[in-house]
Amino acid sequence: MSPILITFYFLSAITLATAFLTIYSKNPIHSAIYLVLCFFSIAGHYLLFNAQFLAIVHIIVYSGAIMVLFLFTIMLMNLNKEDEVHKPRITRLGAITVFILMSVVLVTIFINSKTIMGDYDVSGEDFQSIKKLGNVLLNEYMVPFEFASILLLVAMIGVVLLSKKEKIGKSNE
Amino acid sequence: MDSAFIIEKSVFIVIIFAITMVMAMYSTWAERKVAAFLQDRVGPNRAGWGGLLQPLADGMKLFAKEEFEPDTKNKFLFFVGPAVAMSTALMTSAVIPWGDRLEIFGRTVILQATDIDVSLLYIFGVVSVGVYGIMIGGWASNNKFSLMGAVRAASQMVSYEVAMGLSIIALVMMTGTLSLKEVSLQQQGMNWNVFYQPVGFLIFLICAFAETNRTPFDLAECESELIGGYHTEYSSMKMGFYLFAEYANMFISSTILAVLYFGGYNYPGMHWMVENVGVNAANIIGIGVLFIKICAFIFFYMWVRWTIPRFRYDQLMNLGWKILIPLSIINIIITGICILAFK
Repeated sequence: MSPILITFYFLSAITLATAFLTIYSKNPIHSAIYLVLCFFSIAGHYLLFNAQFLAIVHIIVYSGAIMVLFLFTIMLMNLNKEDEVHKPRITRLGAITVFILMSVVLVTIFINSKTIMGDYDVSGEDFQSIKKLGNVLLNEYMVPFEFASILLLVAMIGVVLLSKKEKIGKSNE
Repeated sequence: MDSAFIIEKSVFIVIIFAITMVMAMYSTWAERKVAAFLQDRVGPNRAGWGGLLQPLADGMKLFAKEEFEPDTKNKFLFFVGPAVAMSTALMTSAVIPWGDRLEIFGRTVILQATDIDVSLLYIFGVVSVGVYGIMIGGWASNNKFSLMGAVRAASQMVSYEVAMGLSIIALVMMTGTLSLKEVSLQQQGMNWNVFYQPVGFLIFLICAFAETNRTPFDLAECESELIGGYHTEYSSMKMGFYLFAEYANMFISSTILAVLYFGGYNYPGMHWMVENVGVNAANIIGIGVLFIKICAFIFFYMWVRWTIPRFRYDQLMNLGWKILIPLSIINIIITGICILAFK
């Protein structure tokens, strides 16, 4: 086995294990920390494709920003076992049905797809440098790129508005 | 990849590691000496000449102290906190160009551990991960003061990261690259970026203070409100790691400031030195110049610490969100207009 393949298996094992532990662990903070580890190993997968920019941005956005805020909220809420909401039977039944349907879909995809793993090979072609990426994003994919930014802006304004509204309501009381 | 290359890089990384540690160690000594100087005292003067052995004595003390653990279910996370803080503080130095090149035994040694395409983003990634050390440690301490300290530190770091990133965008627009090596090469002679980006530099400097949790932004360890902040429950070398990480961060952020805005290893007449005296001599002076700039910034950190009192928490957030972020956005717009007008 080549060192790259060994790295791939190693990273995949970490990704799957931490993803599993994220949903399995009882403590929400442990879950969040496992999810952070999972994001790191996914960034490692990006690095295997030599996609440095994607890997670093993935770490900055997901591990550095989103998960920090997430952890933050969980820590402030300080969830205990007593606070756990009792789930009614119908919710559990629904969850099981969705899980079975989802696994049927995933297994079908897995069976029907080509499960041959290609080798990593050096193409020597530059497909990941920021210059290339910027040219492609701002020329060929200009419109979707701008749409994505507008979407983010709208979401941001919405959040500000929501938090403002609560304050006005409180001062009126 | 030949083995000589691997040996060269390993030796280089070990040297950088050692230098970072020594600089962090002697920053603690320098901090006391600067504080003493500013307050008209003598400062440490018993261990060694001028107290130079004081950091060693402190380290010995921290190692020898009793290890105390709070009664918590998260013993492992309690250990992980300081480890994460320390490793992220040391990871950033990988992409910093300490000099241009040296010629040793006919080999050209590039004075940079690795020159990745996205060095600047790499630094941001590591800095943003550094928050976890504080958050995990503060939460696992199982102490309300620790948790509040950790939450304060984390929210402060997250808020100031935004302004920091925006101030860097103006610089990236100007230099057109994210590689620190390129940024250094563009600032040859006295062509420093600080002359073109004074506002960006100021914003970056203020954010660097906030990111390293230094006064006037050291609310995370505000004694009168929070005992000791996120490391209240830590003792022995685990607390030493947190303190050490702070000083290592200070060293690294001074280095980044020097490389991005103050020309890095460049000095006037470097070309002349390379042509007339030799590559090695010119670059050794370059490394020396970079370290002089770094020490000046470290002194500045300490000077500010003993001059300006601590901010209140709402003032801190107002400064970050309502002043620095709009200011850096205006800076980006002005930079864009200038680039269009002059190029």
